Formats: sequence, C-alpha cells, structure tokens
Amino acid sequence: MYSNAYILRFAAIVTIVCGVLLASAATLLKPMQQENIQTDIKKNILKAVSLLESEKAYTKTEILDLFDERMTSIVVNPEGEVLEGLKAEDVNPAEEPDHLPIYLLKDKSDDVIAYCIPIEGKGLWSTIHGYLALEADLNTVRGVTFYDHGETPGLGGEISQQWFQDNFSGKKILDESGNLVSITVAKGQVRDDAKGKEHLVDGISGATLTGNGINQFLFSDLERYNPYFEEIRNQDQNEVVS
Amino acid sequence: MNILSAKNMKFVKDPLMDNNPISVQVLGICSALAVTVQMKTAVVMSLAVIFVISFSNLTISLIRNKIPSQIRIIVELAVIASLVILVDQILKAYLFDISKQLSVFVGLIITNCIVLGRAEAFALQQKPFASWLDGIGNGLGYSMFLLVVAFGRELLGSGTLFGYHIIPESFYAAGYQNMGLMVLAPGAFILLGLFIWLQRTITGTVDE
Repeated sequence: MYSNAYILRFAAIVTIVCGVLLASAATLLKPMQQENIQTDIKKNILKAVSLLESEKAYTKTEILDLFDERMTSIVVNPEGEVLEGLKAEDVNPAEEPDHLPIYLLKDKSDDVIAYCIPIEGKGLWSTIHGYLALEADLNTVRGVTFYDHGETPGLGGEISQQWFQDNFSGKKILDESGNLVSITVAKGQVRDDAKGKEHLVDGISGATLTGNGINQFLFSDLERYNPYFEEIRNQDQNEVVS
Repeated sequence: MNILSAKNMKFVKDPLMDNNPISVQVLGICSALAVTVQMKTAVVMSLAVIFVISFSNLTISLIRNKIPSQIRIIVELAVIASLVILVDQILKAYLFDISKQLSVFVGLIITNCIVLGRAEAFALQQKPFASWLDGIGNGLGYSMFLLVVAFGRELLGSGTLFGYHIIPESFYAAGYQNMGLMVLAPGAFILLGLFIWLQRTITGTVDE
C-alpha cells in the first residue's frame, strides 16, 4: 500500500511532466498549424467562388498563388459604407464586429463577378465557420463552404460534405420584390412542387438542429451585409437605366 | 539474421494472428468502422495507433514499479492522453488535410480499449522492451484489419485506392456501379465480419 502523500506527489509529478510536454509541443507546432489554418481558409474562399475543382488536390503554393492572383478584398460597415484602405486580412472580428470583410473575384476588365462573405454561427454543438459566395447580381448563390465545426460526424458533420454544399449553388437570397429571405435548410429533401423552392436546400436527416443553426446565422449574416449589397444593386440598376 | 529472440518475436507475432485485438478480442471496433472509408486515412490512423500503443506501453512499463496501484488507471490514461494529443498536434501541423478527415477519431484513440487494455494487461507486469514490442504487435494487428477493411471499402465503394482510380472506365460504361453501401458504416460492419470469420477459420479460434 502506498501512503496518501506518495500518491499525491506521484500524481503531481505526472501532471507536471505531461503538462510541460504538451505545452511545449503546442507552442512549437503552433506557427505551422496557424499557417495551415490560413491556407485552409483561403482554399475555402476559392472553393466558395468555384475556382477550385472539388476532385483535384491542390498544393499549398497553388492555393496561395491562385488566391493572390484572383482575389481582392474590401471592408464595409453595417451602414453599407466602404472603409477605405482596409483589407479583409486586417479585420479582427472579435474586436471590430462592425468591420465586415468581403472577398471579391474580378474578371479581366475589373468587373466583380463574385462576392464572398464569411458566415459563422452556432450549430448544435459548436460554432460553424464557412463562406458564402454570391454572383454579381447579389441574389444568386454561387457556392457555399462550411469548413470548421464540431458537429457530430455522420450527422451534423455532413455539412462539410460536397453534396450538401453543392445544394446551395443557384439558390436565391431575395424574393420577387427584392426583400432578403436568405436560404433555408429544409427538413429532408425539397420536393419539386415546394413553395419558395429557390430559397430551400435539402436538409440532412438527423441534423435538424444543425440546419436550424445554419438558417439563423445565414440570415443574420446576410442581413448585416445587406445595406452594402443593396447599394450595389441600386447602382447596377441605375447604370442599366441610364 | 534474427534481430529478435524467439520470445520477443512472439510478442510481435502473437497479436497479429492468434491473439488479434480486433478479430479475437473484438476491441477497437469503433474507430475501425469510422476511418476505413479510404486507404489514406486508414494508413495514417494505423501509424498513429501503433505509435500511441507502443510508447504508452513503454512509458508505463518504465514507471510500473513507481505507479501507486490506487491511481494506476488515471496515470495510464494521463500517459495515453498526452501521447494522443501529441499525435493530434503533429498531424495538424504536418498533415492538415488528413487530420481534418480523421477529425475526432484521432482524439478518440484515447478511448480505444486496445491501448488501455495493453497497458493494464501487459505493460504493468513486463519489462520495457517487451512492452514496447507488445505495443507494436498489437498496433500492427489493429492496422492489419484497418487496412484490409479500408482496401475493400475504398475499392468497392469508390473504385479507387489511395485516391487513384483502379476500376477502369470501360467497366462503368458496361454498367458497373460503385457500391454506395461500402462508403457507409454498414459496409464496414459487413466487411469486418467477413474478415473476422476468415481469420478465425484460419487460426481456428472458437469462443467458449
């Protein structure tokens, strides 16, 4: 039999050794992990604006080069004004909730062909992070990615699967009179005769609560960007009229 | 030529066939089902598990005379958990894509009964080197099943191996289809069951 003092001492030593070991490993590997996370974010932005083929594997440099080559970014505020001189990389969402980054994909004549915004919010167990890309009409969804989440694998975790994300492409976020209705994850499969079909995507069975979470944060994120989008839409309309 | 003595060789070979942790002891099934959709994830998972079992066995065996028996399970878990977190951190730094695909299952190696089972049943009584070999053997026994199941599932379910297309296009043109069932968990159950049957037929293992 061991004395209590010995047990306590032993437990303390084990704790300290394990703690020091893990802390130093985490500190040493952190820069590389951060770099991977940054690359992954860029990869997801490129995926959302459909510059990447889903089947192909890309190397880190390919992704970074493609991103630098094609993507630019601006920052707007919730009133719809562009904050001059700021880039999406400078935004710290935790400290500046009013700085809203937008990634732009432009064609050769410098016209914007896609707008990509970060979306995030509570799913069932975790905060889901993703990107939503809109076509130049700021109504049609070009693509969606969800990349960082802690939902149940096989249920809510299916949101990171290709089939679920492909669902969103081509859906509309505005109704006929131009009001924001966002996209809703339906319960089960969307029937062909469903009302408002262009705003609905197929749900995942067993993941209703994850879907509800997505519905909520998609709407509130789009709502925050809407003043800016509204301005662009009006500008486009005026150009057509004049 | 013999690097290991006959006794030591037995530590490595036994868990491969006669005392396989998956087919004979039926441990570690959860992760065997979860990560066997593709060969690539199965290989990384196998390496991770071999690393964790062998070094948790080694560490525990090294301090086996110092561990107070009252808190031995907690100490074993602390050692195992530290090793698993270490593996997880390394994967995140060097193999980010694969670590994303493995998601929670790397962390769940902590709860893999094989690891704690070997620590309790073997490492607490045996010398460090023997324990290390026993860990390698059990890791290999686990990996063997992971890899054959993943081989079957990826080939039948996606028509690929390590991501490369194996089934020729002409098969698809002639009406061949990938088995969707193999990508899902039931496919893993069926294959695992068949392989356990096959393996037990060879070794002649019978449950009393």
